[in-house]
Amino acid sequence: MTQPLVEIQNLRVEFPSSSGGYNQAVRGVSMSLGREKLGIVGESGSGKSVTGRALMRLLPEAARVKADKLVFDGVNVLSASERTMRGLRGGRIGLILQDPKYSLNPVMTIGAQIAEAWRAHNKGGKKEALEAALNLLEQVRIRDPRRVLDSYPHEVSGGMGQRVMIAMMLAPNPDMLIADEPTSALDASVQAEILRLIDDLVSARGMGLMLISHDLPLVARFCDRVAVMYAGQVMETLPAQDLHHAEHAYTRGLLDCMPHLSEKRARLPVLNRDPKWLEPRS
Amino acid sequence: MKSDGELQAELMPPEGEQHAASPSTTGVARRARPSAAWLRLRGLLSNLASVPITLFGLAVVTFFIGRVVPIDPVLAIVGDRAPQDVVDRARLELGLDQPLYIQFWRYLGQIVHGDLGRSVMTSNPVTQDIARFLPATFELATVAIIIAVLIGVPLGVWAATRQGKFVDQAVRLFCLAGHSLPVFVLGLLSLLLFYATLGIAPGPGRQSIYFDGMVDVHTGILTIDTIIAGDWPAFWDALAHLAQPAGVLAFFSLAYIARMTRAFMLAELKSEYVTTARAKGLSSTRIVWRHAFGNIMVPLITVLAMTYAGLLEGAVLTETIFSWPGLGQYLTVSLLNADMNAVLGATLVVGLIYVALNLLADLLYRLMDPRVK
Repeated sequence: MTQPLVEIQNLRVEFPSSSGGYNQAVRGVSMSLGREKLGIVGESGSGKSVTGRALMRLLPEAARVKADKLVFDGVNVLSASERTMRGLRGGRIGLILQDPKYSLNPVMTIGAQIAEAWRAHNKGGKKEALEAALNLLEQVRIRDPRRVLDSYPHEVSGGMGQRVMIAMMLAPNPDMLIADEPTSALDASVQAEILRLIDDLVSARGMGLMLISHDLPLVARFCDRVAVMYAGQVMETLPAQDLHHAEHAYTRGLLDCMPHLSEKRARLPVLNRDPKWLEPRS
Repeated sequence: MKSDGELQAELMPPEGEQHAASPSTTGVARRARPSAAWLRLRGLLSNLASVPITLFGLAVVTFFIGRVVPIDPVLAIVGDRAPQDVVDRARLELGLDQPLYIQFWRYLGQIVHGDLGRSVMTSNPVTQDIARFLPATFELATVAIIIAVLIGVPLGVWAATRQGKFVDQAVRLFCLAGHSLPVFVLGLLSLLLFYATLGIAPGPGRQSIYFDGMVDVHTGILTIDTIIAGDWPAFWDALAHLAQPAGVLAFFSLAYIARMTRAFMLAELKSEYVTTARAKGLSSTRIVWRHAFGNIMVPLITVLAMTYAGLLEGAVLTETIFSWPGLGQYLTVSLLNADMNAVLGATLVVGLIYVALNLLADLLYRLMDPRVK
């Protein structure tokens, strides 16, 4: 690997607050991503999703995004034209959202939604696009793809909806996938299937994956590297298999909060937040 | 009616079974499809069944209000100087000596046979009067709603996509004006400007006096009748007369339509599927019109239908200012003359229009929203 796909240096994102000032959502995040699987974990509000969306420039207009470097494969996301960004969105970076109940358009058929994603980045007619959609539905292992093609999102289950979402985001053949809590809205049994599907497709296509989750064990099992975020900062980045040896107090604290099958604990420990974690580090 | 869950279970084998499902399971899923269509149809039929009930309720309310108001229909017919025996005979002929429920029963029997009684004022059957006045209102309301939709909807969408910006504020001001300027002020100002001062618009009425009665009545809708007759000067004259009242009414309605469209759009533009659409790299035009707008069709249709019904009811003030011989004017004049048959009949027709448009809106969104069963 010569150059990483994504380079983020000192990313800061602020949202206007009701009091007239700005709330800092992301405060100086740096990370890079190659064609690998990077997990981003943290509590809600830690800035995981905002980081992912800043990379696609999908944040609301009111948000202030600053960074020393925010680059995707040589394209400066901070200064790129809207036209370039549209090519990037979908075309080179796919985004999988949490709950297909809300993230799919309820009044368009599944086939139309996938075909639309394909047509946005490929030259070709309606017929070709529908062929491609059918093919993609097969790739995400949907039985009876022809029927699903003509179905509406409310007519399929959550797991199937998420497969549709994946098919839609893979349609233009992107280089990278951002999966923002892709399994949080699903049943435990379906979660594993969806993750395996994402894993297989990402590996087969040699894509980069940014998996945003609050589920530490899941990320540890599934990713190559893990970045732990807290209050808009990256606490530490470490290889996934070393996660349970993590040394940072925050990561340890998170790991300690989890119940184990093997040991009996009357009460789970509560995370003690140390203000020192947020002090600037050299 | 089945709940969503039950129906979905019927349509889809559960996720887990998907791979293990035998061909027979998918067979069941296939067969369940027409049942969804049947559910839709049944929903519509149950709506249709509610129409007579609604109309019955309307008849009850109008009839009893009509009898409770301190207007003596006998006095209205014979005048206040008629001798007592004439008054008594008229009372007997009208059946007013009977108890109220019998009177109501008779009235109900009449309207079921399409007989709304005779108007005291015009001495025509009320149905005939309405048939004469309704087309004028229909013409005015239809043109007004078309203008209002063509301008109001895009304006609302435009404002929603520029929330808080200059365009949004300008649209808001425009809508505020449309909604709060009384129609009679607007109508009079319009007449003053375009008719009296600039002289570019014709005066009140449906047509210029020299075209009066020149065209055979087919539909009662003057613009269409003139086209049927092939009388183009009369057509342009009718259209010119239509422009001002329709414009004033349209301004009033489009303010409401634009405000509602904006509100619906704002809610949709914040939803997750819009983020998905943006993440797909679609153009903002496509996101706004195909995705967000596609989702506001259902509530918007209801708003449009109700606005249209409001216009059809007869815009009393507009019709008065522009001397437009429509239902609103007929209703007002009848009311002022204590012509109860005409008032009750016209009210019933207005109610019928409301119910019909409601039903139409219902039908339309049954066709448009795949989630309605």
